[in-house]
Amino acid sequence: MNLSEEQIERYSRHIILSEVGGKGQEKLLASKVLLVGAGGLGSPVGLYLAAAGIGTIGVIDGDVVDMTNLQRQVLHSTADLGRPKVESAKATMTGINPDVEVKTYYELLKADNALDIIKDYDFIVDGMDNFAGKFLLADACHMAGKAYSHAGILRFDGQTMTVDPGKSACYRCVFNAPPPAGSGPTCSQAGVLGVLPGVIGSIQATEAVKYLLGIGDCLMDRLLVYNALTMTFRNVNLKKNSSCALCGENPTITELKDAEQAVCDLKA
Amino acid sequence: MELQINGEGVEVGDAISVSELLKVQEVKMPDMVSVELNGGIIQRDTFDTTVLADGDKIEFMYFMGGGSRRSAD
Repeated sequence: MNLSEEQIERYSRHIILSEVGGKGQEKLLASKVLLVGAGGLGSPVGLYLAAAGIGTIGVIDGDVVDMTNLQRQVLHSTADLGRPKVESAKATMTGINPDVEVKTYYELLKADNALDIIKDYDFIVDGMDNFAGKFLLADACHMAGKAYSHAGILRFDGQTMTVDPGKSACYRCVFNAPPPAGSGPTCSQAGVLGVLPGVIGSIQATEAVKYLLGIGDCLMDRLLVYNALTMTFRNVNLKKNSSCALCGENPTITELKDAEQAVCDLKA
Repeated sequence: MELQINGEGVEVGDAISVSELLKVQEVKMPDMVSVELNGGIIQRDTFDTTVLADGDKIEFMYFMGGGSRRSAD
């Protein structure tokens, strides 16, 4: 791929970085990233990945834009109320950068479509709020050998980790299985600071770009934990769990299953 | 004895189990926390029998959702 004059101008601040350069930008333009969820986390990821010139961005979401989304889901605007989030996301992202092809999936990620959808992508971003989806995606990415970024947010807290399946600690290594339904308050009950997914989603987008370029150190074998009130980040070092049901020594999860829908959050 | 919990020194009684620590630390929803002890995840079914020692490093890691409500079922 040869960059056009216009692309050289558009991506000049990337190209000038020795870690990216023209070759790196061409790599990004040839890359494919899937956003699972076009909500709070998926919004900043979609905006920055589109601006960065990720050539193909898939967006899967079965929801429509609701008034309560607009406090934090910056891919969507007031005029989009009632519109499928994938459509609104596509319009915003291609508006930022017409170089980007946005593929939309107006559906839910399920056991019977997950592997088929993720197989075409180089990196997957988990922007879901529910644990059933998060575990399903972790399982599917492991089975397909796809690297992914996990993130969660609640109230003023956020966390994120990047997983290179089989090589680094996975989501199940740390969290094992979805918590029992009713263990915690729902997202809508607990609340979330609007800018919080902006911080965490921007980190997920950074991880995607780094992974695609093969630069720096991704959040593998690390859970990055953020608190907006104390404005602190902590790294919790992780290692692969030999008892992990997905990637441990005697895995028991060998096929995808739809778990019961679990509540979306936490915490003490 | 002193434990390091999420990077901070916390004084607790002797011979305390992980389950007891979750109570002492007033973790209201223990089902929503994963526990790492000295760098390794400990299985939930051993919380009662895993007894902590002075200087142990513990990380409580919370289940967090967030993001889009209906992107999976």
